[in-house]
Amino acid sequence: MGLRSFFDRIEPQFTKGGKYEKYFPVYEMVESFLYTPKTVTTAAPHARSYIDMKRIMTYVVLATVPCVLFALYNTGLQTNLAIAEFGASGWRAGIIEALGIGFNPANPIANMLHGLLYFLPIYIVTLLAGGAWEVLFATMRRHEVNEGFLVTSMLYTLILPASTPLWQVALGISFGVVIGKEVFGGTGKNFLNPALVGRAFLYFAYPAYMSGDTIWTPVDGFSGATALAVTASEGPAALPGYGITWMDSFVGTIQGSMGETSTIACLLGLAFLLATRIANYRMVVGCLVGMIAFSSLLNWIGSDSNPAFATPWYWHLVMGGYAFGLVFMVTEPVSGSHTNLGRYIYGALIGFMVVMIRVVNPAFPEGMMLAILFGNVFAPLIDYFVVQANIRRRARRNA
Amino acid sequence: MAQTYRSMLIDPMVDNNPITLQVLGICSALAVTSSLKVALVMAIAVTLVTAFSSMFISVLRSQIPSSIRIIVQMIIIASLVIVVDQVLKAYAYEISKTLSVFVGLIITNCIVMGRAEAFAMKNPPFASFVDGVGNGLGYGLILMLVGFFRELFGSGSLFGVTILPTVNNGGWYVPNGLLLLPPSAFFVIGLLIWAFRTWKPEQVEEREYSIQAVEAH
Repeated sequence: MGLRSFFDRIEPQFTKGGKYEKYFPVYEMVESFLYTPKTVTTAAPHARSYIDMKRIMTYVVLATVPCVLFALYNTGLQTNLAIAEFGASGWRAGIIEALGIGFNPANPIANMLHGLLYFLPIYIVTLLAGGAWEVLFATMRRHEVNEGFLVTSMLYTLILPASTPLWQVALGISFGVVIGKEVFGGTGKNFLNPALVGRAFLYFAYPAYMSGDTIWTPVDGFSGATALAVTASEGPAALPGYGITWMDSFVGTIQGSMGETSTIACLLGLAFLLATRIANYRMVVGCLVGMIAFSSLLNWIGSDSNPAFATPWYWHLVMGGYAFGLVFMVTEPVSGSHTNLGRYIYGALIGFMVVMIRVVNPAFPEGMMLAILFGNVFAPLIDYFVVQANIRRRARRNA
Repeated sequence: MAQTYRSMLIDPMVDNNPITLQVLGICSALAVTSSLKVALVMAIAVTLVTAFSSMFISVLRSQIPSSIRIIVQMIIIASLVIVVDQVLKAYAYEISKTLSVFVGLIITNCIVMGRAEAFAMKNPPFASFVDGVGNGLGYGLILMLVGFFRELFGSGSLFGVTILPTVNNGGWYVPNGLLLLPPSAFFVIGLLIWAFRTWKPEQVEEREYSIQAVEAH
């Protein structure tokens, strides 16, 4: 065990009184990333569980693997399809030509590689920029850097369009980590989802880079509407005219942010999270019920002027970021409600809001990001009322 | 006198700033800070209203019955705000249009009312005047700071003069649209308060509760 003894040898340098005492959080981050944390709870109450924060966070990262793989494939696929029409340029094309793989959209390997060349720079910049803030705050505030940031950085990367300029990636994750998490005290005290805070910052700060028809596939001259943009302007019946079938949307070979297009990949992640009980099923159920109920109500009401009213629930499920948000963000335990009844209400509120924003608000075609942030803000209030109702019920029973 | 005129002028800048310490007058600070020119006009207007309303209220302070003092204060403040509004409409019509309702809302600005109630009712006219100027300048300082960040990074200019040429005009700077929206002032003011309280730790409020460490048995 060369590595273990290396850590044991250098540890005294970082503990109290050591030469690099100030940098203990950095040491602790690297050590606990590689080994089981050594700290144990000393004060009562004691509860034994094999699940610790490190494992929870690692499981969430594992659950994103199908989305990541599909993000690579679809980003490459869409780019290669567009290159067939508009031609290739830039350093990525240079690498691919140097490797002799080509831009054939029918070749999955070529697609994966091309997708990787878009995914990887964004992911690396996210890790570097966000990680720098994490370490800075951990050192200043003497708390630990934990695996939560791996989740945040992965989710953040997956909900960005492939064409996002790298300086915006860095700016967004900085805002997400600092304003969304660290100013409130770090992991476990964030009342908003940091990845979404970063994404929302970019959405409002640089709308030209985050919405529209030209940004989803990073090829100059390309223009392709997302399924949501089509339904917002022409209704769901127009989708086949744009070459988008329900199955395309379910599998994920459509325009959209990198990791959110594939519903099936998200559902695989959901199955894993539910089986390991990392995600709470109540939030998922609430969010589905809220979305299905409200979209069905809108179908029933109908509208002559707004074609999006006719969008059925099974389209809402597969379009845009709904599935991804449902699986990875609604279920986030810290920013959601903490009571069981509250979790149903919290989920339902998000499900209702996402349809509301998508269909009724003409300004935003996509509503999942704003709906989840809205739900995050209301989660403590929901908990408060649930707890108060419980107290009243008990008081009446014992009166 | 407990305070010197100097401290009345200087204290509200940082040590007892109406926005960052007392957290008053936030509404107008959100609304008028997207460009420095407008923020400057607003700062001057509030300074004048605070100074003169404090002075007049202080002159009348022993005549005002305490049961209707708020009404009397409001009348004095409202008259001054109308004067400011009319002057702006006459000599700076464009800016007055941008400021729109927020000039009228100086009447309800907590800083003006707060100084009238907390200081002018108990102190002589000149001291009240100086105190009003000081608080108006403290408000103006924050307005200008927020306006500086919002205009520089939101539209790449300061007082309308291009500093960072934006991509739309053939430059390199991509303006940050969020900073042109009023909510961004919350972030900027919040970060300013953070900076101020890091610089002057005595401004940090006491915790309402503390987490108690339990000893291991």
